[in-house]
Amino acid sequence: MQNLRFDVDTDGIATITLDMPGRSMNVLNSSSIADVREAVEKVLSDLTIKGAVLTSGKPSFIAGADLDWLLALAEAEGSDLVRAATVYDAVMELHSITRRMETGGKPFVAAINGLSLGGGFELCLGCTRRIVADDERIQLGLPEAKVGLFPGGGGTQRLSRMLGPLRALELIVKGKAMTPSDACAIGLVDQIVPANEIIESAKSWILSSAAEDWIKPWDVKGFKAPGDDPRTLEGSLAFAAANARHRKNTYCNYPNLDALMKAVYDGLNVPLDTSLRIEARYFARMLVGDAARNMVRTQFVTLQKVSKFKRRPEHVPVRKVAKLGVLGSGKMGAGIAHVAARAGIRVVVIDRDQASAERVYEHVREVATGEAKRGNLYQPAVEEVLGRITATTDYSLLGDADLVIEAVFENKAVKDDVFQKAEAMLGEDAILASNTSTIPITSLSQMLWRPRNFIGMHFFSPVERMALLEIIVGEQTDPGTLAFAMDFARQIRKTPIVVNDSRGFYTSRVFLTYIAEACEMLMEGISPALIENAGLMAGMPVAPLALCDEVALDLIHSVNLQTANDLGRSHPANPAEALIMRMVEQEQRFGKKVGKGFYDYPAGKKKRLWDELVEIAPSRPEQPDVEALKQRLLVIQALEAVRCLEENVVVSPEDADVGAYLGWGFAPWTGGPISYIDTLGPENFVALCRKFELAHGKRFAPTPGLLQRATSGVRYYAPSALKAA
Amino acid sequence: MEECFIYDAVRTPRGRGRPDGALHEVPPLDLASHILKALEDRNSLDTSLVDDVVMGCVMPVGDQGSNVGRIAALNAGYAETVAGVQVNRYCASGLEAVNMAAAQIKSGQSDIVIGGGVESMSRVPMGADAGGWFTDPEIAFKTYYTPQGIGADLIATKWDFSREDVDAYAVESQRRAARSWQEGRFARSVVPVLDDLGEILLDRDEHMRPATTMQNLASLKPAFAAIGEMGYDAVAIQRYPEVLEINHVHHGGNSSGIVDGAAAVLLGTREAGRRMGLVPRARIRAFSSIGSEPSIMLTGPEKVTRKLLARAGMTTADIDLFEINEAFASVVLLYRQQLDLDPEKVNVNGGAIAMGHPLGATGAMLVGTVVDELERADLNTALITLCVGAGMGTATIIERV
Repeated sequence: MQNLRFDVDTDGIATITLDMPGRSMNVLNSSSIADVREAVEKVLSDLTIKGAVLTSGKPSFIAGADLDWLLALAEAEGSDLVRAATVYDAVMELHSITRRMETGGKPFVAAINGLSLGGGFELCLGCTRRIVADDERIQLGLPEAKVGLFPGGGGTQRLSRMLGPLRALELIVKGKAMTPSDACAIGLVDQIVPANEIIESAKSWILSSAAEDWIKPWDVKGFKAPGDDPRTLEGSLAFAAANARHRKNTYCNYPNLDALMKAVYDGLNVPLDTSLRIEARYFARMLVGDAARNMVRTQFVTLQKVSKFKRRPEHVPVRKVAKLGVLGSGKMGAGIAHVAARAGIRVVVIDRDQASAERVYEHVREVATGEAKRGNLYQPAVEEVLGRITATTDYSLLGDADLVIEAVFENKAVKDDVFQKAEAMLGEDAILASNTSTIPITSLSQMLWRPRNFIGMHFFSPVERMALLEIIVGEQTDPGTLAFAMDFARQIRKTPIVVNDSRGFYTSRVFLTYIAEACEMLMEGISPALIENAGLMAGMPVAPLALCDEVALDLIHSVNLQTANDLGRSHPANPAEALIMRMVEQEQRFGKKVGKGFYDYPAGKKKRLWDELVEIAPSRPEQPDVEALKQRLLVIQALEAVRCLEENVVVSPEDADVGAYLGWGFAPWTGGPISYIDTLGPENFVALCRKFELAHGKRFAPTPGLLQRATSGVRYYAPSALKAA
Repeated sequence: MEECFIYDAVRTPRGRGRPDGALHEVPPLDLASHILKALEDRNSLDTSLVDDVVMGCVMPVGDQGSNVGRIAALNAGYAETVAGVQVNRYCASGLEAVNMAAAQIKSGQSDIVIGGGVESMSRVPMGADAGGWFTDPEIAFKTYYTPQGIGADLIATKWDFSREDVDAYAVESQRRAARSWQEGRFARSVVPVLDDLGEILLDRDEHMRPATTMQNLASLKPAFAAIGEMGYDAVAIQRYPEVLEINHVHHGGNSSGIVDGAAAVLLGTREAGRRMGLVPRARIRAFSSIGSEPSIMLTGPEKVTRKLLARAGMTTADIDLFEINEAFASVVLLYRQQLDLDPEKVNVNGGAIAMGHPLGATGAMLVGTVVDELERADLNTALITLCVGAGMGTATIIERV
């Protein structure tokens, strides 16, 4: 039992202390599960042992199942069914242990000293009782659904029986970690005690409790789960409504969540042992599927790697920003200033007049009020954050700034102007950054004295909520500047992906193909309703035409003009650009910010499609199948992502996928545009491109790299690429 | 093949399907037995000649559980040799019962069969039988399950029926039903329900609101907007992505009423009629059922009508009267539009919007209503159809003898 210590005290109570060698956290894998089994059997077979306390020798309790181990089982040789059977057996082994604990006639109390998530928390649920240290930083719960999986260690069944099925589902689908007091309030934890008393409390409960206290409610004859029973009128309505809400929220794009719903439903009114087999089957089938693998890879494994700042140039000393300058007090500038000030940085915000500059204060107050309304604690105090921000028109106040980020209008001349004013004030070491979403960084650096100190820092809106920071390395940007930009990202808790310079960089470049394709569809005579629904049904977070309105049509128009100007190309170059131009120049419909774009935004009412849009783009009598439109909207993005890879704008499939996930929420069920191609298979993807190229034009032409892969069959991700960092 | 004749048809008046409804105090078994007894009494029927009682019932649980067909026959004092069965074709159960009875007769396996139905919606509410279709996530997702009210509103949205269109139809249904009651057009079929002391519990359709106007309907709020918002609109739109949002136009005033009631139709061969000493009133010419897309749910009538007309070698021009159940106004408007029917031939005596839709019984009630009307107006052929849960449609063509 190398993974745990087994001690028995004079009262005959065993303490099982999980402490896996060579790991910072305990996990469940074949080795630790085998040891837990041995320990449990020892407790049950030794007549002198009354019961056991399960705890951890590490600061955390159990981090969850070992994903490497599970995924290796899922990726082994053989058909889907063969691999699923292997996963099933492994999961059933864990179930047999928790069932031994529940039905063995002796108490097992989890003394939870730290974080316990996923399979770790499920092991706790299999214990007789759960006692947690009174530290609100401790994370408890079942986060599997958030990374493309669902709890497969009995969590769906025990939670259903403890909370009622629909409450359990809600909790599992959200996958949000709970504090000890949250978990205690809903009955998932029995007791909260000071950290140094958890073992003693567990032991004294064992000594003071009786055999009937050790029986789980579901092992008592006649047990009925609380909450809604689908076999009753009221329960069936509640289940039906839950099913509808699920489709509304997910479009049934997530096989893991569909399987989760089914496991809870099928398992509800059968004995627990039967229900664990049901859960294990659904879990095994899900785990060997494409969607689970893709989502785990991007939303867990790659995200973890990126969050560990693996791309930061080594050997450059860490540097912190003490003072930040922000040029432009619009929504983006104010947002950047806000997150920096909240992270303790002094900020100077400059705009062309004092009133404009001071918009930042209003922005901070609005966001703080909004958070309070949502019930979140805003920290630190608003006045403290505001106190760190100086709004001014005076560039000389930038004097000792370590970093200045520009966030003015998307026009090169305007940007060049503010850069020159700012650079004149800055010290030798100071870094200048642009928040441009499209204009190449190298071209912006041409007027600067120190282009090596210049970098792109592309934030996403709303800055407060979007985790991604796209850092763009210009031709002359030096590694020290990149390292500093990444250090700043860490300081303000953003997740950076590093990309190379290109028009639109990575995220904007790909993202713009989504809305441009929708505009093309509209001009082809496809009904706007069908286009919008196709986008949403494909898994995109916002429908494409509504997204144009959100981004602002005049901004898209100015990007198009800037691009045409820079490349010496005619404008409009295609029906999509012509449509945007018409909306802006002729119709004066700039988007949501002015209450009119593709939609009208009547005050206090739901948005409605603009009545006269049919006159600009009359719908054809025959409409295409929505599946083809969904595919088209994903393929155009995936193809652009591949171009970015081949042009070395993004350097790896992982960066492309995680950037798409964090940056514009590219259909998360796919695991990202590159995973999407891999799952279809390069040959099938190329065939799709060819089909669309024939119907819609050159923009769908597959790249040389894709053609090569279509022939060789080599995918972007090697089968073993799932190895966690 | 044997021919199948309709010898008689009876129904109860329809009581409001609420605790204050006149029939709420009558258990559904008693309602069904009452109507079987009425058939026996009116026709001096020797019940030992009856082979089977086929009873439609959509919520066959609770008071209505345990095979209401056989138990109602026993309760009515029919000979114990009379078999009984309960069938569920959702809203067309009553018509399906008639069709199944006819099938036994036409195939030569039975001589006399009663087809009918019963539903006490005040005592066994809709949804009382639960069911995996909407609770089991897998099949709910696969079929894009939405409640029928959403389907009705989706039909209005997709085929562009405005709130005014559906309300106007409802006003007309009330007007026609009121006129028919005034003129006694239902007198032959409706059998009052009496209590144990012989007092009349109900002798008229209780749900009717003959004074209904466009103005008072306009004040009613859409009934399905809230559940739509909760999630069902999204489900419907994902199945019909050409729709951006659902126009909720239906409410209690332009949808079928929730009521209690029972009905039965006496069917038999020509020879059996001679033995019973009865004159046939009409012939069951053909019948059929069909499935269509289950999410929108209510588009079956047009499809089954086309299928049935083709099987019978007929066209809509050969049909003198159409009875399509007024589940929702949009269902009737769509049916008329798709088959290009003259409104003066469709539901001439009003329908379920005015008089109510006792789920399991309605189909059999419509048969009786249209037989009466064929005789009154001296016409020959009629087609009865209902929209049915999960996208089905059931239809029957009858003709006078």
